[in-house]
Amino acid sequence: MFSLQGITNGIQNFLKANFGATGVLIIESVIVMMLAITLFATLGLVLVWMERKVAAQMQIRSGPNRVGPMGIFQTSADTLKLILKEGLTPDGADKFLFNLAPFVVMIVAMLLLAPIAFAKGFQVWDINIGVLYVSAVSSLSVIGILMAGLASNNKYSLLGAMRSGAQIVSYELSAGLSILAIVVLTGSLQIGDIINAQQNGWWLFKGHIPVIIAFIIFMIAATAETNRAPFDMAEAESELTAGFHTEYSGMKFALFFLAEYINIFIVCAIGATLFLGGWMPFHIGNWQGFNHIMDFIPSSVWFFAKTFLLIFLIMWFRWTFPRLRVDQLLNLEWKYLLPISLFNLLLVTVIAILGWHF
Amino acid sequence: MIKKANRKPEERNQHMYSETEILKDTTTITANGTEGKLVINVGPQHPATHGVLHLVITLNGETIEKVEPHLGYIHRSIEKMCESLSYRQFIYVTSRMDYLSAHMNNHACSMTVEKALQIEVPTRAQYIRVLMSELTRIASHELWWGALAMDLGAFTPFFYAFRERETINDIMEQTCGARLTMNYMVPGGVMADIHPSFQQKVKDFIKLFKSNIDEYDELVTGNVIFQARMKGVGYLSKEDAISYGCTGPVARGSGLNCDIRKIYPYEIYNQVQFNEILETAGDCFARYSVRIREMKESIKIIEQLVDNIPEGEFQAKTKAVLKLPKGEFYTRVETARGELGVYIVSEGGTTPYRIKFRSPGFSNLSALEHMVKGSKLGDLMATMGTLDLVIPDIDR
Amino acid sequence: MTNEEVKEFVSGIHPSASFDETGEWLNINIEALEWKRLSRVLRNPPFNFDYLFCLTCIDWKTFMTVVYHMSSTIHRHTIVIKAKVDREDPKIETASDIWRTAEFHEREVYDLFGVRFVNHPDLRRLILTDDFEGYPLRKDFDDPINMIKL
Repeated sequence: MFSLQGITNGIQNFLKANFGATGVLIIESVIVMMLAITLFATLGLVLVWMERKVAAQMQIRSGPNRVGPMGIFQTSADTLKLILKEGLTPDGADKFLFNLAPFVVMIVAMLLLAPIAFAKGFQVWDINIGVLYVSAVSSLSVIGILMAGLASNNKYSLLGAMRSGAQIVSYELSAGLSILAIVVLTGSLQIGDIINAQQNGWWLFKGHIPVIIAFIIFMIAATAETNRAPFDMAEAESELTAGFHTEYSGMKFALFFLAEYINIFIVCAIGATLFLGGWMPFHIGNWQGFNHIMDFIPSSVWFFAKTFLLIFLIMWFRWTFPRLRVDQLLNLEWKYLLPISLFNLLLVTVIAILGWHF
Repeated sequence: MIKKANRKPEERNQHMYSETEILKDTTTITANGTEGKLVINVGPQHPATHGVLHLVITLNGETIEKVEPHLGYIHRSIEKMCESLSYRQFIYVTSRMDYLSAHMNNHACSMTVEKALQIEVPTRAQYIRVLMSELTRIASHELWWGALAMDLGAFTPFFYAFRERETINDIMEQTCGARLTMNYMVPGGVMADIHPSFQQKVKDFIKLFKSNIDEYDELVTGNVIFQARMKGVGYLSKEDAISYGCTGPVARGSGLNCDIRKIYPYEIYNQVQFNEILETAGDCFARYSVRIREMKESIKIIEQLVDNIPEGEFQAKTKAVLKLPKGEFYTRVETARGELGVYIVSEGGTTPYRIKFRSPGFSNLSALEHMVKGSKLGDLMATMGTLDLVIPDIDR
Repeated sequence: MTNEEVKEFVSGIHPSASFDETGEWLNINIEALEWKRLSRVLRNPPFNFDYLFCLTCIDWKTFMTVVYHMSSTIHRHTIVIKAKVDREDPKIETASDIWRTAEFHEREVYDLFGVRFVNHPDLRRLILTDDFEGYPLRKDFDDPINMIKL
């Protein structure tokens, strides 16, 4: 059976046999770095293509279909175009911050990759405060957006950045609270533990209605945190032309664009890990036979299938819903989602204490 | 242009914005009297203005304090141009005013000339004119519907709208030879007879439209976010609608009877059955539903007429050179945007002495500031979307 | 309401006003100075001409007339008022405090004809730039660069 764990263990053993402890660490870091960058590039290409195809299907048209079969090389061609474009810096901009901002956004996205378990035993860093790390680091991306908005010397950018700040800080709360629901049920912040706790069924099915509510709130908050429609206040092209990245062009713009898609991937991966068991195959309680058959599907396939399902969901939102107004957006969070998720957390705690979950 | 770019920034600003008093504010965030206010330019190049409308908006945070339209980016002085064009020629220029209701513009002009010369238009031509006008109205509303949804951040409806609009354009192309600026109406009737397959195509369109119109409601009208964005936004009372001279769906959304087809019927509008759509809420959603329901009414009119086009001439016999008697002539028609008035002052020559187009968009735009003052920036886009502005119509 | 009633009433206020009924609607010719009072009267009951749907100007080479088309949404009656203004120093009272749509229309007329509307709240050029010279819709306007005449 195909397993990424086998490969990683093989490499580990090979390195251990040939190099000292420091050497192993350095070489492994280099490999992880390379892999992360490759993953980013591939994800960017695949997700942009996927978005365009999904959009096309929603809009009764065919989407990219000229460059390569089904247009799969369209995004590569676009990237080439963006690389060749001039990266303008406006005259009145704060040049240092202006050029730094896309990298901040990108680095934050990269940092978030660390605790994600892509397959069984295929995880960069199974840190014991994994979930806390994720929610802490993900809120850093707002700094990059604020930087971009402030440094552009453009009023649209400034408005977009202000909106984005208010939005991400607000939705951070309900995202965190819905994640907490799972932490309470599992009793651990470690991603590995959370996945293992779903050995006999995913939390979405085991945790009764409160977990389903938490999942819905998480998806809404995740959409908002990644600045995707219907919460794309920060960009809102009909109001603010392109919001915080109005002044960016060429590769600097591409970094923002890429970071957006990477962020979608990461929040969906977190969602899949917490609520849908990450790489854990679909198991039902003690049905040994059924569970065994499910185990034949490689864990990486499970992980990516779940993640892409959620990504599709978020794309579906984007191409169906109109945008909320900025005050409605904040109303939704502070008047509805936050109280609901607080109460929901209480319910989950009761369930966890009394052991009512499956 | 290159020279201009090399100038100092201050000089450049002065040149570009000669209306210094107002526009100076746009260059500094804290100018005198606008302490803490943000002055932004929406347009002339902006995704939400659908053309070269320039709005200078003073914001307090996200709240709109002042909206100031600056026009003229596409002003071609059609009124002056028409003064040197003959009564046959000037009609073609007017297709370029409100290009989405080109037929109605031509219609109004032809009717003015016919009224002045007392030309009797053959019944067949009248039927064709009304059919074409109603088809144009549907096409215009379709585009508006898609563009409105796009203003609110939903892209998909645009493509759904264009699916039906394309069919209308094909019908137009077949009969008129053009898809947008048709120039089909001439004094005395229409320019050419309808294409043999016109009736069949229109019937096919009606079938298509009826099966698809429900999708519109599913996709947009019933959406919770959409309703939250539209209801109670951009309120315009009936008194204000009258005072601002609003017409068309904008005024009808505020409960003002102003459908020219009903109150001053022209052509054969008094022989067909249709309802004047009225909503009383006066907000964006009311204007929205007026237009959606109006499309269905237009379909009703088309259904009544398409099978009953009488045989006969499609154009009355007119002189080669038209000379209007001395006097003043005013005609109004209901375009997709409201009341279009054509006011011709004739001195008895072959060209008009003075011509004035009373365009619906111009008056509707004047109500914009009143409607959005105190609401959020996002509401401006929704309100502007439901005003259905076509900038060449405003600028002329 | 009939034209006769309007005529009787108007000649009561302004005996110098002349009437012209050759066209579709009743035309009332007045002097610019009489406009303000007349407009107030016409707007209020019993006439209720609350709907000013067209406001424009005509250059007659020796003088200009500002033309107001107004109708009543209650009586469905339309009249036309033509106020004669001086061509060299065209001035007339604004109607924007009575019909708010006039504010925009008057700015357009000011822009293209140079008629100054006294007491207008915000009389600036609407379409042309501030440094534009001349009034394009006047009969003697001639632009050698952007020729409009055929």
